[in-house]
Amino acid sequence: MKAFLILEDGHVFEGTAIGADKEVISEIVFNTSMTGYLEVLTDPSYAGQAVVMTYPLIGNYGVCYEDMESRRAWPDGFIVRELSRIPSNFRSEGTIQDFLMEQGIPGIAGIDTRALTKILREKGTMNGCITRNENYDLEEIRKKLAAYSPRGVVKATTCSEKYVLPGSGYKVALMDYGAKDNIARSLNKRGCEVTVYPADTSAEVVLSSNPDGIMLSNGPGDPQENTEIIAEIKKLYASEVPIFAICLGHQLMALANGINTYKLKYGHRGGNHPVRDMETGRVYITSQNHGYVVDDHDLDPSIAVPAFVNVNDGTNEGLKYTGKNIFTVQYHPEACPGPLDSGYLFDRFLKMMEGGKKNA
Amino acid sequence: MPKDTSIKKVLMIGSGPIVIGQAAEFDYAGTQACRSLKEEGIEVVLVNSNPATIMTDKDIADHVYIEPLTVPVLESIIEKERPDGLLATIGGQAGLNLGMELAESGFLEAHGCRLIGTTTETIFKAEDRQAFKETMEKIGEPVAASLVVNNVPDGLEFSHQIGYPVVLRPAYTLGGSGGGIAHNDEELEEILQNGLRLSRVGEVLVERCISGWKEIEYEVMRDGAGNVITVCNMENIDPVGVHTGDSIVVAPSQTLGDKEYQMLRTSAMNIITELGITGGCNCQFALKPDSFEYCVIEVNPRVSRSSALASKATGYPIAKVAAKIALGYTLDEIPNAITKKTYASFEPMLDYCVVKIPRLPFDKFISAKRTLTTQMKATGEVMAIANNFEAGLMKAIRSLEQHVDSLIVKDYEGKTDEDLMEMLHVVDDRRIYLIAECIRRGFSYETIHDLTMIDIWFIDKIAVLVEMENRLKREPLTKELLAEAKRLEFPDCVIARLMGKTEEEIKHFRYDHGITAAFKMVDTCAAEFDAATPYYYSVYGSENEVQETSGRKKVLVLGSGPIRIGQGIEFDFCSVHCTWAFEEEGYETIIVNNNPETVSTDFDIADKLYFEPLTPEDVESIVNLEHPDGAVVQFGGQTAIKLTESLMKMGVPILGTKAEDVDAAEDRELFDKILEECCIPRPAGHTVFTCEEAIKAANDLGYPVLVRPSYVLGGQGMQIAISDADITEFIGIINRIAQEHPILVDKYMMGKEIEVDAICDGEEILIPGIMEHIERAGIHSGDSISVYPARTISDKIKKVIEEYTRRLARALHVKGMINIQFIACGDEVYVIEVNPRSSRTVPYISKVTGIPIVRLAAKIICGHTIRELGYEPGLQPEADYIAIKMPVFSFEKLRGADIGLGPEMKSTGECLGIAKTFNEALYKAFLGAGINLPKSKKMIITVKDSDKPEIVDIARRFAAVGYEIYATRSTAKYLNEHGVEAIKVNKLEQPSPNLLDLILDHQNQIDLIIDTPSQGAVKSHDGFLIRRHAIETGVNVLTAIDTAEALVTSLENREEKLSLVDIAAISSRG
Repeated sequence: MKAFLILEDGHVFEGTAIGADKEVISEIVFNTSMTGYLEVLTDPSYAGQAVVMTYPLIGNYGVCYEDMESRRAWPDGFIVRELSRIPSNFRSEGTIQDFLMEQGIPGIAGIDTRALTKILREKGTMNGCITRNENYDLEEIRKKLAAYSPRGVVKATTCSEKYVLPGSGYKVALMDYGAKDNIARSLNKRGCEVTVYPADTSAEVVLSSNPDGIMLSNGPGDPQENTEIIAEIKKLYASEVPIFAICLGHQLMALANGINTYKLKYGHRGGNHPVRDMETGRVYITSQNHGYVVDDHDLDPSIAVPAFVNVNDGTNEGLKYTGKNIFTVQYHPEACPGPLDSGYLFDRFLKMMEGGKKNA
Repeated sequence: MPKDTSIKKVLMIGSGPIVIGQAAEFDYAGTQACRSLKEEGIEVVLVNSNPATIMTDKDIADHVYIEPLTVPVLESIIEKERPDGLLATIGGQAGLNLGMELAESGFLEAHGCRLIGTTTETIFKAEDRQAFKETMEKIGEPVAASLVVNNVPDGLEFSHQIGYPVVLRPAYTLGGSGGGIAHNDEELEEILQNGLRLSRVGEVLVERCISGWKEIEYEVMRDGAGNVITVCNMENIDPVGVHTGDSIVVAPSQTLGDKEYQMLRTSAMNIITELGITGGCNCQFALKPDSFEYCVIEVNPRVSRSSALASKATGYPIAKVAAKIALGYTLDEIPNAITKKTYASFEPMLDYCVVKIPRLPFDKFISAKRTLTTQMKATGEVMAIANNFEAGLMKAIRSLEQHVDSLIVKDYEGKTDEDLMEMLHVVDDRRIYLIAECIRRGFSYETIHDLTMIDIWFIDKIAVLVEMENRLKREPLTKELLAEAKRLEFPDCVIARLMGKTEEEIKHFRYDHGITAAFKMVDTCAAEFDAATPYYYSVYGSENEVQETSGRKKVLVLGSGPIRIGQGIEFDFCSVHCTWAFEEEGYETIIVNNNPETVSTDFDIADKLYFEPLTPEDVESIVNLEHPDGAVVQFGGQTAIKLTESLMKMGVPILGTKAEDVDAAEDRELFDKILEECCIPRPAGHTVFTCEEAIKAANDLGYPVLVRPSYVLGGQGMQIAISDADITEFIGIINRIAQEHPILVDKYMMGKEIEVDAICDGEEILIPGIMEHIERAGIHSGDSISVYPARTISDKIKKVIEEYTRRLARALHVKGMINIQFIACGDEVYVIEVNPRSSRTVPYISKVTGIPIVRLAAKIICGHTIRELGYEPGLQPEADYIAIKMPVFSFEKLRGADIGLGPEMKSTGECLGIAKTFNEALYKAFLGAGINLPKSKKMIITVKDSDKPEIVDIARRFAAVGYEIYATRSTAKYLNEHGVEAIKVNKLEQPSPNLLDLILDHQNQIDLIIDTPSQGAVKSHDGFLIRRHAIETGVNVLTAIDTAEALVTSLENREEKLSLVDIAAISSRG
């Protein structure tokens, strides 16, 4: 069956319908990872977006449920060149086609994803509509596309109740703003007892549990929208508890300290972005998924200094907070998908908690 | 980290002659590294014995030595040039081994030179089997259970302990030489014995067999600051057990999930970090298909064939970056040459799929075993880029130029399902076609997978292609069907064949419905950044993103496709120089080629690079987009020449010599007419079509006669016949190969073979020099030792040759290059072959005369004359030194191939010996070819009767330099009767001790065999076995009497200290 991808700027791509039979409007973003489509689909940071995979052959190794990064798939739509008609992997439990159906995600295949990516690169991220309706009204849809903006996505993706991953080491409070499971797993694997809190949990509740460290997770959407969360983070900042933040968490901590964020033209989504650790000069290849970035121009060094920078475009990739046991990164040390090179940051966080304990 | 300013002059070691396992990829890497160093203001000294390379051009390096790659020669160069750095990781295994020897002996340190890039310690840890194993154990990276042995009993014991099958890998050898899989004691003894002999250090690794696991490779880069990135990963479709050089490879991996991908990526990064490599490195893994278990198979701490493939597959110039790292730069300081926005510390992301298929030489070596093992056999490879795997496979198949344009082959007609099942057990180069046939017959994926261990994902893709074949056979032609067939890259001719239509009909239907190829860019970043580098591939069903450029005149340069015997790296040299010359003339240059190993497919050689099959249809798509003002076909070997007619039909003017004149040189009757008009004699001959005609012609001419198909390369199918029976056999063989052209039967003339490459501007000619072959006529010119300047012919004959060349060039209206082969018989000169195009000897003769022939030819094509270009026409004055081109063979890699030389070319490469005297040049040439004699001073002579009179003097001279001579009965008798002492040995079928015992005997080692095979069909089975055994045990074998004479001459005049000639200092004398 035919499907159409209609972009805000009037471009229309005709392809084959995949996944669930529904029409969606969403923000269209592209991801350049060559593997890890299931991790992408289950990353809550994609809530409110439809993802284009630039790698043309998707679904080759099927679906391995244990690789899911959260309880369900989040993107509004999935846009690919080609889905493999058979999955081949010893762990595969099903096909990507079935997975999309089961998760209720509509999609489109057989389109020139490279041409689409070039449009997004040149004109910037824009909204789009995936539909199976051949008689769509282009002008009508473009009006809707222009008016659309994803809202309330953190609330939609966070857990409803707190839960604990038992461990015998440090006690970490993980603030779930739409967290990928591997953040908790990465800490848990290092012995931490991880308590995962819903995004709207107050700082008081978190702090009253006397955590050794607080982890602010990744998540979807425009960081500035989360004014209430930012207010809570201010209190966490003031607490002296060591804090490590990833992605949205990093942006929220910046906003809590009066540092601004802005939207990139088309974001960073993929597994090949080089980031320089300003302290050591070393460059790491990182997993990234963000459309917004912290503005580190005119940064007040008495509040924070840039700790990591993107080698390609010089944008901020992390901050170190002056006089505090807080460091935050824009990228994803938990990987999944993507390079495992930055796993050492979790160890750094553990060291920080060790220091925190000693000082206590 | 900024550049290390203490490095000002760097010596780079090339990889030497092209052999199986070490081909054009090192010319590509070396050239790129040289240019990268020169960009940084470094003075580059280059040494490589291979004159056909681009890296040995004076434009590429500051000082060029085309000298034998031995430690003493390198020491002399270092003493003379005083470099402060040595880059040894660019010249393949050969270069690495030499660099190691120079460093280990302390010579480098004593001369103020150091290895730059990777250190000796690192190389040792990566290359020494035991050290590598210990290093891997230290960092917890799994390797297959293994033991290094240096004798057979230890090997047996360990194999019993871990159980058969076991894999044997000799240390420090090329392309896995001497390795293999042993399933029992007998096989183990055979392979192990051989491997121990071939290993530089007499060590062989005996290893748990992990064949059937997935074979995955990662190309990794690391800088001195410890930053690490992976450039690319690749998956071998053929599981572990087939050398990666002989496997069909796809990039990126297709059947790995992110967990497996990242697991192996991390492992590769840990390995390069622990080894402390600064530069590029290749890590090969075996991944168990049903778990996360993996093993590290091998690490190459240098650029390699895989790194060339990875560079071309991603656009990431590994050798260039490795050279910069060697100078001290870090990855984040080196700009990405493609995007110019990002840096080398960035991992390429592909938004397409790359398929590589090896080019195997079994069309040349009919008797060779086709089985693929851990020992590489391919001479070259092709690569295709597409946005789906099926399309990539289809494009790669037709790029091979093996008369196959789809998965449909005729080999399986009349075979039963049981036969096919049996054949699936055998791993050879035809497996992909066999799998397609099995799918056609309804075999299940599981059956095919169980027998081949090939991942079902790939089997399914082959099934997609088979299903399309069936649809094309059954369904009517519709836009949708055709669009889908083109998306899968079915060529029009195959679609036409399957649908029972003509190719023209399909093409018109396609054009009428707007189904045309679109071109996409290779940009390293999956379109994330705007890229400027014009490196393109075609796809169907997508938007074209390549703009037709206009302004400058545009020339299309057609490359030469995969490296194969008869069409080697020489033609890439020509294509590249032609491109540069056209650029100088103000043209916009466009290269089309499909060989990932070459310099011509580097993205900054031409203004635009189309990485595409070289078939008329594929080229037409490019022509339709670019509308070039002309095409040059005379530099790309037969591959390009074959496209002439099609290009003309597309309306593309052929620049230089006209197509009809090229035809005239190939068409017997037209050519005879021209010779007659020019009053030039040629050996009598006839053009025939049938066997009966051939026999009649042969009897007419009188035996011996030369039989060959017209329009061939490297003398393919050419044979000397001495009887009617031979004719019948040869015609049968010729007709097995698709034969649209007539067969030529010529009188065979025994004489001196002379070769000339000349340039003609339509009026006047320029001959840089006359080359003379050491071997008399009958041995393919590519397999002959060639001497410049010709020494044994009179000035009178030289004048005749010059005159004949002039007449022929004019008569054929040559504009550009012409290659002519003559035979001088007494005072008479005959023309045996004329090729109005570039030849194999062009790079050699350009370098040794200092005359840039290709450049001049290209400029003549653009309208200049020889005089305008500053040259005096005619035969140029001779150089005051001798330059000898020596063929190099790869027989030890090809089990079962007959090594006897004849009219069909068998060599894979060449090296040069250059010196003031003939004897020194000859010695250098032999040395460069790896014939480093004498060692034990024991030799075997067994020659055919007609050679016996001539062998006496040669044998006497070998005896005089100290050789002990063994000979078979009749040869021994003849020698003894003529006063040369020879020890008689039994023939093979006679009781021990016989010839074979002598060859295989370690204590009493033979270092040379002279065995001249009898000509004609009555081939001695004995001789074949002797030659094979000798080759497989690493003994030098000469099969032509003239070569033997040359060798003994060189041994008589062996000098301890060789002189050096800086090629870059040679300037033309014209």
